[in-house]
Amino acid sequence: MNVHEYQAKALLREFGVAVPDGRLATTPEEAEKAARALGTSVVVVKAQVHAGGRGKAGGVKVVKSPAEAKQAASEILGMTLHTPQTPPEGKLVRKVYVEAGSDIERELYLAILFDRSAERFTIVASTEGGMEIEVVAAETPEKILTTQVEPNVGLRDYQIRELGFGLGLNGDQVKKLVPFVRGLFALYMDKDCSQVEINPLVVTKQGDLFALDGKVNFDDNALYRHKDIADLRDPDEEDPRERAAKEIDLAYVGLDGDIGCMVNGAGLAMATLDMIDFCGGAPANFLDAGGGADKEKVKEAFKLILRDENVKAILVNIFGGIVRCDLIAEGVSAAAAELEIKVPLVVRLQGTKSAEGREILAQSGLDITPAETLKDAGELVVAAAKGGAA
Amino acid sequence: MAILCDRNTKLLIQGMGRMGRFHADLSRQYGTRVVAGVAPGKGGVEIDGTPIFDTVAQAVKQTGANASVIFVPPPGAGDAILEAADAGIELAVCITEGIPALDMARTKSALQHHAMRLVGPNCPGIVTPEQCRIGIMPAQITRPGPVGVVSRSGTLTYEAVDQLSRLGIGQSTCLGIGGDSVIGTTFIDTLALFEADPATRAVVMIGEIGGSAEEEAAEFVKSEMSKPVVAFIAGQNAPPGKRMGHAGAIIAGGKGKASDKIAALEANGVAVSPSPATIGETLVKAAPQLAG
Repeated sequence: MNVHEYQAKALLREFGVAVPDGRLATTPEEAEKAARALGTSVVVVKAQVHAGGRGKAGGVKVVKSPAEAKQAASEILGMTLHTPQTPPEGKLVRKVYVEAGSDIERELYLAILFDRSAERFTIVASTEGGMEIEVVAAETPEKILTTQVEPNVGLRDYQIRELGFGLGLNGDQVKKLVPFVRGLFALYMDKDCSQVEINPLVVTKQGDLFALDGKVNFDDNALYRHKDIADLRDPDEEDPRERAAKEIDLAYVGLDGDIGCMVNGAGLAMATLDMIDFCGGAPANFLDAGGGADKEKVKEAFKLILRDENVKAILVNIFGGIVRCDLIAEGVSAAAAELEIKVPLVVRLQGTKSAEGREILAQSGLDITPAETLKDAGELVVAAAKGGAA
Repeated sequence: MAILCDRNTKLLIQGMGRMGRFHADLSRQYGTRVVAGVAPGKGGVEIDGTPIFDTVAQAVKQTGANASVIFVPPPGAGDAILEAADAGIELAVCITEGIPALDMARTKSALQHHAMRLVGPNCPGIVTPEQCRIGIMPAQITRPGPVGVVSRSGTLTYEAVDQLSRLGIGQSTCLGIGGDSVIGTTFIDTLALFEADPATRAVVMIGEIGGSAEEEAAEFVKSEMSKPVVAFIAGQNAPPGKRMGHAGAIIAGGKGKASDKIAALEANGVAVSPSPATIGETLVKAAPQLAG
């Protein structure tokens, strides 16, 4: 789960990590008031959307008075931001964060994440603050420092000192870096983060350290034990179809093709997209109906698929293990009748009770094209979407 | 012969809820020796003819169970794994989906001090055809034979097994290693077991986007394996930054793409099926002597 910058900074503050003073605003007037309250000669007005690259896209403005802050906010609020990380249609800005300007001597990079190969937490640091770490890794890998943390041992101060001296900080600055990174690590562990990224980490002319930008992601699997974090979710930032899927406990990812898919199991669901692509078609979505798929869930899944107006044909691909194909077939025929599905429907049922399932579909009197193998299913649905006979 | 489990395996069930009981029953019907269930506070009763114990240690002591299948919900799953390890279980298979990554990181690290092998979590389990079923796989689609099947996904394992069976090719052992980012047994661990198993003559490996386990496995195949390995990688059409059902199936920071995995496998002599429908055919091409 992602959160906004202003939410991430509140969490950083809670864990003793220094961040600039700032206020949230949803109108230009609020932004003006916030700038006045901050009282600094320079303030920064920042669009709050779940995407990086806001500055280059015009979503961040540096201003010198409360009046200018109001003007900047009126330009940013309501704009649709297009950055390399936003969806093609861009993201509407509904909130701005008004932050005290900073006196910057150096910009560094610091992040905590989990290294899957090493099965350890990794702290990544770089002297190239303000740049994307992927670019630094590709162009100047020697400027990246890392240290690994054993999960049952935890972060040790010497590791932070090594990073600090490696980044060229002096003794006093390294002394300040130790509690700074300890705070970040405590946040990561206490709140079950999947990533904490400070870019840039600023060193001021006075030698103080603070997080100028902060990105914090959380492990969805751990949200059950962090109600405070789950409450930070912003439904406006989610794809409406993905949000609807989450509410009925389905794994759904919207894509831009025209073949709707309903599959059981994540691996088979991904492979079904690959099959459609291999046959010359384009999938409209990834949908894993899960191990508990029953009649009601099948109906909900169809509703979700049909919300996408691009869908020209639907493929149901079920390999029954725990899932019983006869129950799926009942769900498919009930949903097809009730929802009056007008696009061609190709259904493949394999595994547990598949013969019974196919019989139910054949008896339903509905226009459903059965498929035997995964290859048949792919070819039939692609032909159907292209307007051929399904 | 097979890997990990066979007709001598004595299985206990941790978590005797609806799912645990249902699959215990299917495993028993398949011929697996289901010797005990563990349900804290319910020790002393029998459920569906299986004696129930309060702790894994008691169950092991009384029944000699050497393997455990874990259906405990996410908040207690890490604890259940360590309880099995402390009780001297040799093989634990964790089916539970949705365990926090931090819990698994700590649990996996703690397992370094135990001999127990963990398979999963978030996996469908293991089937050695006609001998032993641990977990939730539809064992009826498997048949005994010379091919080892290992996958990060459940239903895609069934798809691959079905394709093999349709070509008359049976399996030595089929296992799902799980879709999470921290898992007990990796592709490399499994490949090493198949390489050492006399009953396995070729391996089908099914990977997916996210992480770099397939790339690491590719190098292992080249340097350590004599048996043919064929692969399929799911998620060639997955958009970056989206979690595709499995917690571990995500392309992050440009890493974990299917195309990189396929390139690494092919560069190391692993034939990769271009479509998910030709996994069986790809194996027959790589090991024509196995076709039935």
